[in-house]
Amino acid sequence: MRFMNRLAVALTAALAATAATGAMAQNVKIGIVAFISGPAAAPFGVPAKNAADFVIDELNAGKGPAPYNKKGFGGAALETVVVDEAGSTTTQVTEFRNLVQRHNVDLVIGYISSGNCLAIAPVAEELKKFTNFFDCGTPRIFEDAAYKYVFRTSPTATMDSVGAALYVKDAKPNIKSIAGLNQNYAWGQDSWGDFELAMKVLVPGIEVKTSQMPKLFAGQYNAEISALLGAKADVIHSSFWNGDLEALILQGGPRGLMKSSLTVLTTGETAMHKLGSQIPDGTVLGARGPFGPYAPDNRFNQWFSKGFEARFKSPPNYASYQMAQAILGVKLAWEKAQDAAGGKRPTNEQVGSALENMTFEGPGGTVRMAIGKGHQAIMETAYGTTKLVNGKLTLVDVKRYPAEKVNPPEGVKSADWIKSGFKQGN
Amino acid sequence: MNQLLSVGVDGVIYSAWLFIAALGLTLIYGVMKIVNVTHGSFYAIGAYAAASITAAWLARGYPPMLSYAVLVLAAMLVAAPFAILIERAILRPLYARDEVVILLVTYALFLILEDVVKLVWGVNPYFIAEPYALLGSFQVAGMAYPTYNLILVAVALFFGLGLAWLLHSTRAGKLLLAVIHDPEVSRAMGINVGRYYLATFALGSLLAALAGAFTAPTVSVVPGLGVEVIVLSFAVVVIGGLGSLPGAAVGAVMVGLVRSLSVHYMPQVELFVIYFVMAAVLAVRPRGLFSLAEPRRI
Repeated sequence: MRFMNRLAVALTAALAATAATGAMAQNVKIGIVAFISGPAAAPFGVPAKNAADFVIDELNAGKGPAPYNKKGFGGAALETVVVDEAGSTTTQVTEFRNLVQRHNVDLVIGYISSGNCLAIAPVAEELKKFTNFFDCGTPRIFEDAAYKYVFRTSPTATMDSVGAALYVKDAKPNIKSIAGLNQNYAWGQDSWGDFELAMKVLVPGIEVKTSQMPKLFAGQYNAEISALLGAKADVIHSSFWNGDLEALILQGGPRGLMKSSLTVLTTGETAMHKLGSQIPDGTVLGARGPFGPYAPDNRFNQWFSKGFEARFKSPPNYASYQMAQAILGVKLAWEKAQDAAGGKRPTNEQVGSALENMTFEGPGGTVRMAIGKGHQAIMETAYGTTKLVNGKLTLVDVKRYPAEKVNPPEGVKSADWIKSGFKQGN
Repeated sequence: MNQLLSVGVDGVIYSAWLFIAALGLTLIYGVMKIVNVTHGSFYAIGAYAAASITAAWLARGYPPMLSYAVLVLAAMLVAAPFAILIERAILRPLYARDEVVILLVTYALFLILEDVVKLVWGVNPYFIAEPYALLGSFQVAGMAYPTYNLILVAVALFFGLGLAWLLHSTRAGKLLLAVIHDPEVSRAMGINVGRYYLATFALGSLLAALAGAFTAPTVSVVPGLGVEVIVLSFAVVVIGGLGSLPGAAVGAVMVGLVRSLSVHYMPQVELFVIYFVMAAVLAVRPRGLFSLAEPRRI
């Protein structure tokens, strides 16, 4: 009898352990991919990972603002597998396969580099793994192909470029010439291509003085700055990011580059907090959407920006906002799919269907999955001009552009939309 | 005409920077026959040490003009222990091994030092813009150039001429030339070859660290800083001939001027032009422009 009692206790303990393991297995495992090392880590990867840490901890504690106040995703706690995006595109493809096939993640949220996004999208499709790109900007992803499992909850570079073109046209109505300084790969080429095209539509006959395309992470830009100064264009456009952006400001500022021409830095917001007064007055800064200083004063932004700053002792930049909105969007889609499945854990296909064409609110305002067959977000955007006030860098002359004004309609490629004169619908 | 002047000035500034960056690499190869991949790590360590210590110096309100001395001292003091430790503890036992083995070891060290840098300084960028703007600007062809660029040119000349003087006009330099020519015979003649190897590795590494220190005020000092400079430095020393001091100078000037010409006149080929020059030189002179004749050993 004593033996039977012991056996019963042992069986109960074993069952309890199995149940606990089962509960563990119910966690939602998310692969988070961002630059943790290399030149893109400090301005993008680390702020984005910090945002993921903050948002996931808040969601697991059920502390998100409604409708994000249910614990984790639909009650299931979130756990992450973090992968460093540094390294070659081939490495990233291998790492993605590892996330899916070895770590068995439920979904992947990540990727800053446009080159990596272009390479990962077909692999995600092949492996049938729900993947949300949170930052990369090239519009080619959903313009050159259609995907079932791939999404992007942040706007494309087209929005940044068209917004920049509209802003400089407003700021300099008599603009006659432009010049560019962009990195020589998908992001830089697409950004300049859209900006140049938009300016040619807005100002017929505008002259392109020079288009400089140095290597990514080149670091030394004296010759390019001389070429731009010599070109004497009315406007200089640059989509430089990471350490390259900071080097451009440090090298161009003392040479008067930003004073000689109206200079628009489409990702300049990431340098604001670090370089501050080093950015000359009169420089136009973008934040790749309504993020950071351009974020609306809504309850999601109050929760996110205050919580982030309190935890990490620095304000969130646009990469942080994009990561936060990527996780929040997927959470809503997951819970919508779970509800539709009668409370059962949703499949990747069900989460994807729920996110298609969804509209949700985040710290950056309204996100509409309106293009790319419902897989690509559009948002409003904003630009402003720097002005040093009492030693603190501020943004003045801020202008906001509605989503429809800076994004193509569904089914129209960015270049065709710009060439059409920014027509929306028939 | 103005544009040609700009091409010249930009080319000279870039050449000076390249020469400073590549000098240590060619020195170490010339003496020790080591293709030293840790060169990039010392460049990064120099930049980080200079940026962090100079920033602290300026933050405490000490004289900004002395920040140039702080840049140099910080880079040297932080890099020197690493250099001595690596040569004595890791490279010295491997000198009898094949050159490829030592190349792989320096590559492994480079990867380790990349992480050491992150452990010490973190991943957030460091900036010290003050030394770049402190000396004001000079005008060429109607364009402003920070006077700091003239310091770079002067430093490149000082390093190049100083090293040439050291090698050819001092007793230690002449003994070093003997070591370069034949370490075994030098050892037989009573020269302490090990000491010369240590001194050469330390000097080459310090030159890399100083290159990083002089670059720090013009860039954002971030992880991965040393990777790009290794590739460019290799291109320069391969063009000039591995181990050749005049070769490194000519290689730097060629790359600097050709790059500047392409940026001003054909920006679409800028990405490719440096490697085109390298390929063209190697097609004609497979061992580089100033490669030294190898003594035939029996």
